[in-house]
Amino acid sequence: MRLARTAGLSQLALVACLIIAFATPAAADGLDDIKSKGEISFGVKAEYKPFGFRDASGEIKGFEIDIATAIAKALGVKPKFEPVQDATRLPFITQGRVDVVIATMNDTAERRRTVGIIEPFYYASGASLLAPKSAKLKTWEELKGKKVCGTQGSNWNKPIEEKFGVEVVAFRGIAEAETALKNGECIGFLYGNTSLAERLADPVRWGDYEAPLPTLNESPWALAVKAEEKDRPLGKKISELLAGWHKDGTLLALEKKWGLPPSPWLAKESEKYKAAK
Amino acid sequence: MEAFFLHLYESTGVNFSIFYDRRNELKFLRGLSVSFELMGITLLGSLVIGVAGAWLGGSRWRAVRWAVRGYVQVLRNTPPLIQLYFFFFALGSVLSIMGPGGRPIPLVNNFVWACIGLSAVAGAFNIEIFRAGIESVPRNIRDAATALGLSRVRAFFLVILPLAFRLCLPALNNNMVNLLKSTTLAYAIGVPEVLYVSAQIWSDEFNATEMMTVVLVVYAGITTAFIGAMQVLERRLKIPGYGI
Repeated sequence: MRLARTAGLSQLALVACLIIAFATPAAADGLDDIKSKGEISFGVKAEYKPFGFRDASGEIKGFEIDIATAIAKALGVKPKFEPVQDATRLPFITQGRVDVVIATMNDTAERRRTVGIIEPFYYASGASLLAPKSAKLKTWEELKGKKVCGTQGSNWNKPIEEKFGVEVVAFRGIAEAETALKNGECIGFLYGNTSLAERLADPVRWGDYEAPLPTLNESPWALAVKAEEKDRPLGKKISELLAGWHKDGTLLALEKKWGLPPSPWLAKESEKYKAAK
Repeated sequence: MEAFFLHLYESTGVNFSIFYDRRNELKFLRGLSVSFELMGITLLGSLVIGVAGAWLGGSRWRAVRWAVRGYVQVLRNTPPLIQLYFFFFALGSVLSIMGPGGRPIPLVNNFVWACIGLSAVAGAFNIEIFRAGIESVPRNIRDAATALGLSRVRAFFLVILPLAFRLCLPALNNNMVNLLKSTTLAYAIGVPEVLYVSAQIWSDEFNATEMMTVVLVVYAGITTAFIGAMQVLERRLKIPGYGI
């Protein structure tokens, strides 16, 4: 009799626990959500070699994917990758379709107003132009009144148009912009220096091209979370992890692993964190 | 008005930048004018293709008839975005001359390809619409035209086509509205029309919601005005006793 009553009580307690377990995630913060789901979703690039791209099997790989995977591992959850583009990565965060965006995104004042930018930064890049060698370009000023291919949603289009008077013809994706460049629709392809350097390493496709102009608007790359998550456990934990990876050389090792041109910014950053201890 | 939208932004964060920022406004208006050019040219182009195709589709020569059928089938049965990519990236790379340094110089720019591509698709549908219209013109009217001594060409353009045009006007309107809407596809090949400039504005100003609302309202306005005009035309061209 007594035994039966205890059993009844413990069943009741179990039901109560289940109700709480199912009811709480909506109210809890991002990190708890992720842990209870056992999964963290990242908005990543899927066609930006070597940062985020699909390999022969269709799986998304790259420098940023390695960072994302390491974050997931540190949190003890499984990573899930959602391909995003320049124009869609911020809406993905603000609409809560992904937990974190790590998609070759520069830190800008406007973005800080919209999402939570996480520091320290993990990489840095600037604008460069991929142009045929035959164009013999030396300065950005020579581009005045000429057409340059770009990608829709890139934050370089407007400054370059306004500063140098070029006409940016922006396409949906990188593949389209490159084809347009090869077809002679424009004099150059406006894109990140790191990514263009990667192309130039492939002489079969890009042997007749160069990136002759000085890098513009150098700025660091940042991970982003929802604005309110920046100072909550999720943002703090990622920030802590990144600082650690600057210090122990993980990011430098990843740079090497993915064959990126050595970035002076990343090397300096690593020194800074080492010295801090 | 400027003050109102600036105040709206500062007090609520609702950012209709095109109504208070001169640069944004000009950009948007340029996009709007490109859209109107696209719409005007493709409407006209698709009508010309439709009439010519319907005329050639009734040709005495089998090869001509088959060419028209083939054209209609290919353009009707492939997605418009793929066609636009095909025109711009595939045909565009062929239709170019070699410039200095072995660089190709394209002969046709993206705006013209958008006009060609969009007119070609809507034209294919127009051919079918006109064909249906022509087939529903009663046989005895053709006979009457022949009896009056009209040549094949004169009978087609003076008697059959005007009647057929009236008969197929509702279907034609439908297709034309579709065409107006599909001009936004030119965005994909970098033609700076309304959607393109709006995307540029929202990636600079972070006001995707506001800009998408503006684009939606603009398109609703354009198509509503167009449909209204076509209804006036339908009433003006009413054939008494024909039930339309």
